[in-house]
This record gives sequence, structure tokens and C-alpha cells, in this order.
Amino acid sequence: MTVAEKLTSRLVEILGPHRVVSAPEELAAHAIDGLTPQAVVCPESAEQVAEVVRLAAGEKLAVQAFGSRSKCEMGMPAARCDVAIDMTGMREVAHYDAGDLTLSVDAGLPLRELEAYLSKHGQFLPLAVPCFESTTAGGALASGIDSALRQQYGSARDFLIGAEFVDGTGQLCKSGGRVVKNVTGYDLHKLLIGSLGTLGVITRLNFRTYPFPAASGACAVIFDRAENAVPFCGSVAKKGLPLAALEILDPGTVGILRAILQRGEASAAALLTDGTWCVYCSFEGTEAVVRRITEEVKRATAEQGGGRCEVLDAAAGEQLGGMLREAYEWLRWSSGAVCLQRIALPEITAVTVAELGRIAEAALLRHALLARGAGVVYFATMAEAEDDASLDLLARAALKAKEIARRKNGQATVLHAPLAVKTKLAAARVAQPDEPLQLRLKRAFDPANLFAPGRIVGGI
Amino acid sequence: MNPRLIREMRSLLGAANVLSEPEDLMLYEYDGSVETARPDLVVFPHTTAEVAEIVKMAGREGVPVVGRGAGTGLSGGALARGGGVMIVFARMNKIVEVDVENRRAVVQPGVVNQELTRAVEHAGLYFAPDPSSGKSCTIGGNVAENSGGPHTLAYGVTSNHVVALEMVLPDGEVTRIGGRQGDAMGYDLCGLFVGSEGTLALVTEITVKLSRAAEAVKTILGVFETIEDACDTVVEITARGITPAACEMLDGWTLRVIEDYIQAGFPRDSGAVLLLEVEGLREAVEEQAAAIADVCHQCRAREVRLAKDARERDLFWKGRKNAFGAIGRIAPSYYVLDGVIPRSKLPLALARIKEIGKKYGFQIGNIFHAGDGNLHPLVLYDPRNREQFESAISAGESIVRMCVEMGGVLTGEHGVGMEKSELMPLLFSDADFALMRRVHDAFNPDSSLNPGKIFPLSKGCGEIRIKKAREAVEST
Repeated sequence: MTVAEKLTSRLVEILGPHRVVSAPEELAAHAIDGLTPQAVVCPESAEQVAEVVRLAAGEKLAVQAFGSRSKCEMGMPAARCDVAIDMTGMREVAHYDAGDLTLSVDAGLPLRELEAYLSKHGQFLPLAVPCFESTTAGGALASGIDSALRQQYGSARDFLIGAEFVDGTGQLCKSGGRVVKNVTGYDLHKLLIGSLGTLGVITRLNFRTYPFPAASGACAVIFDRAENAVPFCGSVAKKGLPLAALEILDPGTVGILRAILQRGEASAAALLTDGTWCVYCSFEGTEAVVRRITEEVKRATAEQGGGRCEVLDAAAGEQLGGMLREAYEWLRWSSGAVCLQRIALPEITAVTVAELGRIAEAALLRHALLARGAGVVYFATMAEAEDDASLDLLARAALKAKEIARRKNGQATVLHAPLAVKTKLAAARVAQPDEPLQLRLKRAFDPANLFAPGRIVGGI
Repeated sequence: MNPRLIREMRSLLGAANVLSEPEDLMLYEYDGSVETARPDLVVFPHTTAEVAEIVKMAGREGVPVVGRGAGTGLSGGALARGGGVMIVFARMNKIVEVDVENRRAVVQPGVVNQELTRAVEHAGLYFAPDPSSGKSCTIGGNVAENSGGPHTLAYGVTSNHVVALEMVLPDGEVTRIGGRQGDAMGYDLCGLFVGSEGTLALVTEITVKLSRAAEAVKTILGVFETIEDACDTVVEITARGITPAACEMLDGWTLRVIEDYIQAGFPRDSGAVLLLEVEGLREAVEEQAAAIADVCHQCRAREVRLAKDARERDLFWKGRKNAFGAIGRIAPSYYVLDGVIPRSKLPLALARIKEIGKKYGFQIGNIFHAGDGNLHPLVLYDPRNREQFESAISAGESIVRMCVEMGGVLTGEHGVGMEKSELMPLLFSDADFALMRRVHDAFNPDSSLNPGKIFPLSKGCGEIRIKKAREAVEST
């Protein structure tokens, strides 16, 4: 028996033959960043996950958990991947107390299914993340990707109340609980957010849920210049209005979005004009609140000057809102080779936006920028082809953007880039001051470094 | 205590910033909990560099270190359980920076919670975590315990408002985590360190989010004949998806004790009152207040009173926030419990607490954050009566067990500390402890920082805690 056959037979012992994939042609479809696992397993219980991890620990095999695979290539390329764990076999709602607005779900449950489930009770989970049609609760959490509704509901760390996961020793562990307020023990579950599967295999997640708002509304405010659009956003934010989303789209983003909407014959396409800036804001509440905020946004537009406020009807609002939730997805496929960075900034100014634009222009790259009110900028630089010279330009531009972020007390991470660009960036990276602490945590969770070695900062 | 260490500390900090006489140390053996433990030395640093040096000196002598803010904690988090050096952050109390534009403030750990709000309210901003001890507790202490308060129902606890920390690790290394915007690269270290009860690092600088004051506030007092009706109201408000900014319950016995002291206007013959607050846009507040009044009436409220002005609002809150002071007037001592249950179980939980009180022969008062299911039963006892004290501890334990049985947890905002470390196995398995221990050891490998907290010393039973408590009784 070869080594691979031996592994397969031991995995079959744990999971049964139908839950192990080992045929080379099928494995190729599970490659991440060019790494093909030796086996893919699809466990149906947390105990099976734990057994697989214990086997991997014994054999020193690298493990990568995945859900719908929609964001699998986030992060740096892993050094090894031997066993991939497909979590979509675990997709139950384990517990739901509608009266308490708390929920506990298996990690492999698709968010779309969860949405349908909760909507029957008039509630929802404000995890409006890209690839929403396919993404799983566990994958969305582990990716750490932003929710388009964070302006109002915060990010996952604000409504994740507990988790169960298998650590690097193959033990099923838990943190937090199923109540909305809790300081019992270390908040280990928060560490799983954005961990890209490097700390443990998430098996269950507990959330607080939210009631559907009675009414909602949205506006798109069109400006010719960033110098009007960006301060407008700031002045709207300062009014203290409860906005669900507040986003600035640069002309690059408006162009891509308009083209997609047009192809889908969506009415919202007509609201966007190429070459302009667009500020999108959405809001929720009672009818009276929605009316009030609409008026406030109109007033702010007039006060700012140089803009035109379009109040969106329900269809257009849904189209634009839905597309902006998916921005990560369409930005990264908007050209032959795209480097998409997420830049967190304490303050978004027209000057910073212009500086980022100039980086792309100097490298003769197209670019698109989307800024969220919470201080997160999605910045995509685009090359037409994947030739060496283009990839080099993308990598250089990404490093310059990172430098701007650093100067402005912010931080930049790559969400998507061709493998060659990621490799160049990994080679050029400068250690963050807190990396030694991150490394200590990684060792505590995963002493043998089984989980996606190398995928997260510092080659951890 | 090694005299050389005392000399070194004096030369580093100046004699005025080092306490070593027993009569001085006595003042630092208490916090707001029922536990006591005396440090061997108390020091008052003024800078991060001094903190790092203190930690290194203590480390060289193999002496444990514990951080302390104002000592208002309720779980023994800031007590020197293993003796050693206590670092009191009272003199690191500067607000380093306020960034009104981006709603951030950088503060030293000794800044008093309400002082920060006072410093930024001119700009329409405030610091959201509002523990009842806000007048005296420090933000460093809030960070260590991940403190909550009445308004955390809508705005979250301390960890929702902290974006970056400067810390001194147990080996004396100074390090920074997080970022000013709030989303740090890599793992959410702030999420771990906030609420780690001083067992992983000493926090020396905190960057917090400031919140914008709401345009409108309405405070509603719901008066009920029975606590059951008040509970039903909370369940119904939650189920309807109304999120008040605060939803506090006071039972009849407690509100009468408060009335004797404060005269907040709570009807003395009522079975319970709910203190509810809604905040936000004028339009939202109007509708929410109306919806809440509707639920109150539906649940048989005797009266629904809207605070007519800021004065009456402040008076209601004064009643709520001074409750513990009021109770302190009528009993030699009391034990404030802190447990959480799913909100849908509130009526059942209150009934069980009453039974438990009966079984152990205690009057148990209830004044708590009903909106998030965070119970604070108050057990009144006389610490001079050893049997009664032990009964109080047993009653407390029964209540905590009940919370866990209902799907809840041991503590919602007071922390585990010394108080509940022995009860941790009710919730956590050996595997959970093994991982928590590895995380602890990754930063604090020799347990030189705040030893004897969070983790159970002996599994399963309350021996150690009760033993410590007994010593306390005997020394009174």
C-alpha cells in the first residue's frame, strides 16, 4: 500500500467510503493556490472532524477546512495542504430561540439557507458578505470578510456570541455561549474571525439575531469630484443617522458596476453615470425614520453642493445593495489580473483616495475603489493580462498602497491576487509589530502547525 | 517581602509611590467582592516604562504581580491572591488624545470611566460602557473585566469599544496590538485581551471608540403588581424585536429599600418596576416608546410613566445606580451575583431564585439588566455569622448552577476572577481548559501575572474559595 492509499484507508475507517475523496481527477478540483490535497473528507459530525484532525496530527499532515470554497484563496499561499475538510456535510440549525434572538448553527450551513430559515420568524443575521448565494456560516466567519451592513450592525465580532471548534490537538473545544452577554473565560471565538482556518476547524457558531426592520430606504448621490463625494460622506456620518450602509464608489467602481447592471438589464444601471463618483447609503427603521433620513440625505447633498441625490425605489435599492454586498466578488474578476486590497484607515479623506488612485495611474493600471463608512477601503488594481511585467506592476502598486496605509495609521491586506503577485508580496513583506504575539497564539491553538501553515500574516 | 525589592521599587518610583506597611496594604486587600487577599507591596507607576521595570524587578525576585484600577471589581479580579506586588494604575490617569473627527480617544488605564465622557461631551460624544461604578471605576479595569452596564443592551460591552492597546507582558516587554480604525490584521488580539481579567498582560494605554450622543432619549418607568408581569413584559419586548437602549428590572423589595434612601419615585407598594430607555432619532424614539408602553399595558402594568424631563430621568437612574448603596444601609454585607440566562427564560429564573432564597433562608433582592438576561441577585448576609456566610455562598452557587442549566453562563459582566473560578467546570470541559491554559501560558507562562484567577484551582468543588472566604470570616 502506498502512503496515499494508507491515508485514504484510515480516513475511510473514520468516515466511511462515501465521505472520502481520493481520486486524483477529483482532488484537482480542490486545489487552493496550486496546492492539491491528498484527500478530501466530508465529515458529518464534530467528532469525525476531531478524529480526522487527530489522524493528521499523528501523521504530521497539513489540514485546510473549507465551506463553499468561495473565498479559499484569501490570505497568503499555504505551505502545505494534505487533507482538506469539506464542512458542507454539517449544515443543521442546532438551536434557535426566536424569543431570545439567539441562534446556534453548524459551520457548513449556507447563509442563504439560514436566511430563509430565520425569515420565517421575522429575523435575520446581519452577515451580508460576498458570494452570499453559496457561502457557509463557517467560511464567512473564517474569511473575516466585511459585512455590507456593518455600519449599523457592526462586524461579526459584534454578534458572534460563541463557537465550537476542533483545535490542533484534535480536541473539540468551545468558547463563549448562547446568551447575548457573557464574560465567562477567554473570548477565544473572536480569534476565529478572519483566521482563515489557521487556528482550528470551526464546527458550530452561535450568533445573536436581529428582527427585520419595518421599512428601509436607500439613496445614491452622484458627484463629479472626489473632493465633494468624500467630505459629503463625512458630513452624513456626522449627523449621527442610523445608516445600514454608507459607501463611496469611485468612477472605476461605478463603471464596472454599471456594466454589470446593464448586462442584467437592471433598472439601477440608469442611475449611474460613467466617470462620476457615487455615494450610496441605505437605512432602516420605521416608515417615519426612513422618511426622515431620506430628507436628511437630500439636505446634506444640497449643503455639500455639486451633487445630485437619487432616492432609490425598492427594486433599484435592492439591486444596488445586493451588488455592493458582492463587491469583493466582481472587483476581483473585473480584469485579466486583479490585485484587490482591503485597507483599514482611521480616516478616509479625498487626499488619501487621490493618493491611492495615483499609484495605479503611475503604473498605467486601471483601478477601482470602494470605501465603506466604517473606514474600510477596497482597492483594486487591474492589469489586462497575466504576463510577468503586469504581475510585477500589480505587486509594486500593492506595496505602495500598503505604504500609504501605514503612513496613515492604517493597515492593508491582500484579499485577492494572482498567485505570482501573492508570492512577490510575501517575499517583500515587513513584519507587523504584533506578529510575535500572533505567533504565540497560533502555537497555543495549533502546536504542531497543522492548520493551513503559512496562510496568515508572518507565515504563521 | 524581600527588602531589596522594596528598596529597588522606592528608588525607581520614589518612596511616595510605594506602600509596604501592613496598615497601608490592608486597604488593598479588598475589592467589591466578598473575597480578600493582601498584597505584599503596592506601587503606583506614572509611565509605561515604570510598569515594565516593575514587572521585570518582580520577575527577577519570582514575585507575582497584579494590576488594579479603582478596586470596584466584583469577582476578586484585582486582588493579590498569591500576594506579591500590586500595581495600582490610579496615577496613570491622563487622557492622552481625543480625536473628535474620527471618534477615538487614547487614554491611560487609570482614567475614570465617567471622566472620559465628561471630557468629550462638549463635542456630542461619550464613552458607551457604563458600569454602575462609572463614577469611580477605571477604564483599565473595564478593559480587564470587559465591563458592561445598563446601556450595553444596545451598545455592547467594553470589547465592542476598544480598538487598540499598549500592554506590558509578564516578561516586561512593551507591545502594541490592534489599530486605530478597529480592524487589525491577523488575529483579533484586542478581542482576546479585553476581558482576560489581567491574566495575560498589563494594559498601559487604551484606544477606544467614542459614541455619538443620541438626538432624543425617552425614559419609561413601568410599574407592575407582580414581578411575573414585569418578566413577561421583558420577554415580549425582546420577542417583538424592540431594542431599548436599557431595560432594567427592580423587584418590589429592592425598590422599597431604594425608596427609603433615594426617593426616586418608585411606587412603594408595587411588585416590580422596569426602567426602560429608548434612544435615537426623534421619530424612532416616539414609536419605540409607544410600542413599549403598549407591551407594558398588555402585560398588566399598573402604570406606565414617562420621565417628563431630564430631572426626573436622572432621578430614576439615581435610584437604579445607587441601589447597592441603599442595600448597604440595611445589611451588614451582601453578595452580588452575576449570571446570564436566555431572555425567554426570565420568568422561570426569577421564580427559581425565590425558591432558592426560601431554601437557604435569605431575602434575595433582584436588580438587574433584564433586557439581556443578566441577573444580579443580591444575597444579604452577616459576615460575622460564619454559618450564614457559607449559606450565602451556597445559595449563590445554586443560582449560578440554575443559570447554566437554563442554557446560560456564569458571569455576564463581573468576570470569573476568584469568585467563580471553581465553578468554571460547570461550563467548560477538560479540552476547553487545556486550550485556555495554553493560551494563558503563551503570554503568562509562569503565572506570574494575576495568579489564581479564572482557572479552577481544584476541579469541581468550591473548597478553595470557601476556605479563603472562611479565613476572611475569621479575620473579621
